[in-house]
Amino acid sequence: MAPAWWESQWVFIVHEMSIAQSLIDILREEMVKHDAGTLRSARLHIGQLSAIVPDSLSFCFEVMTSGTELEGAKLIMEIIPLKGTCRDCKHTFEIQDYTFECPECSSTEIDTIAGQNLSIVEMEVD
Amino acid sequence: MKISVVKDILEANDRIAQENRAIFDEKGLVVFNLMSSPGAGKTSLLEKTIDGLKDHLRMGVIEGDIQSSQDAERIARKGIPVVQINTGGACHLDGNMIRDTFKSFNFDDLDLLVVENVGNLVCPAEFQVGEDFKVMILSVPEGEDKPSKYPLMFHESKVLLINKIDLLPYVDCNIETIKEQALKVNPHLTMFEISCKTGEGLDAWYSWLKEAVRSRGVDLKGK
Ligand SMILES: Nc1nc2c(ncn2[C@@H]2O[C@H](COP(=O)(O)OP(=O)(O)O)[C@@H](O)[C@H]2O)c(=O)[nH]1
Ligand SMILES: [Mg+2]
Ligand SMILES: [Zn+2]
Repeated sequence: MAPAWWESQWVFIVHEMSIAQSLIDILREEMVKHDAGTLRSARLHIGQLSAIVPDSLSFCFEVMTSGTELEGAKLIMEIIPLKGTCRDCKHTFEIQDYTFECPECSSTEIDTIAGQNLSIVEMEVD
Repeated sequence: MKISVVKDILEANDRIAQENRAIFDEKGLVVFNLMSSPGAGKTSLLEKTIDGLKDHLRMGVIEGDIQSSQDAERIARKGIPVVQINTGGACHLDGNMIRDTFKSFNFDDLDLLVVENVGNLVCPAEFQVGEDFKVMILSVPEGEDKPSKYPLMFHESKVLLINKIDLLPYVDCNIETIKEQALKVNPHLTMFEISCKTGEGLDAWYSWLKEAVRSRGVDLKGK
């Protein structure tokens, strides 16, 4: 049973809302720590494998910060490609088409080294 | 002023999930997180599994739903402990919601706790709840393109149950293609073809599950 279109859209917005909330919590905490009054921007790394839709996240962030000290802050999002290292031959490579197989030796013992996480890397504050 | 932070956005949830996991470990409780699209057969699988393993292990269930308690009622009819979580809109369960159920269980009386997550192929895979492993269900009417469309969940799962194989004659879906696609995303995936309607394939799943519980040091009744 395929979900109705509104159902799938709804899921994305709701998902990004909970991500945006965690993001806002961390940003606030960091601002307090650095005694900052306003946030200009935050730079995020979004792993290719994570289920985040950047536009939805921006939208939720904007809605959820309006009227707060974070209002107007820009989210700069960079998609980080999936990368793996082969445990057998130590080859490091970009994982194409989500295929977790070493292009050098065909081993499937792959450690993901990038592209799965969702992180804040930098903030610009005043 | 620029400040460099480098923080995982899901860190707060991951921390709670780890605390949950420590409690489960201390109680010798095996926990799995059951995920799928709405209607793929999570509750049906649990009903079958409760019957199939009732002489071997003591199960408890956490039912996650956006609203309603129908699934929890289905499980309660089987006579095992079940707690309903209504997420009130959220598309997945998180570590906190799971922690809130602990007071409703007596973990000393359980060997296996199953968390039926909110039906959705995207979000639940991103939020740990403290589980030992994840199990996902894909039902054949959903189609064979799902592993490449929703790679994260397939990648994170230990087991893929391909359900509703009784419907194979009626749907355009090649089970070998599903398996091939799923193994690309997760070469270590254990897969079973099952039907919760006819019972086909379920014995292999029960054996796997018993072994998984036993291998974590839980003593099972019978064999
Ligand atoms: N034909 C068929 N129907 C099934 C099977 N497993 C579950 N169903 C039906 O699919 C529907 C949804 O099942 P349910 O267990 O509630 O799915 P959930 O939303 O993932 O918990 C119900 O009407 C079930 O009777 C199966 O193996 N074959
Ligand atoms: Mg259900
Ligand atoms: Zn290799």
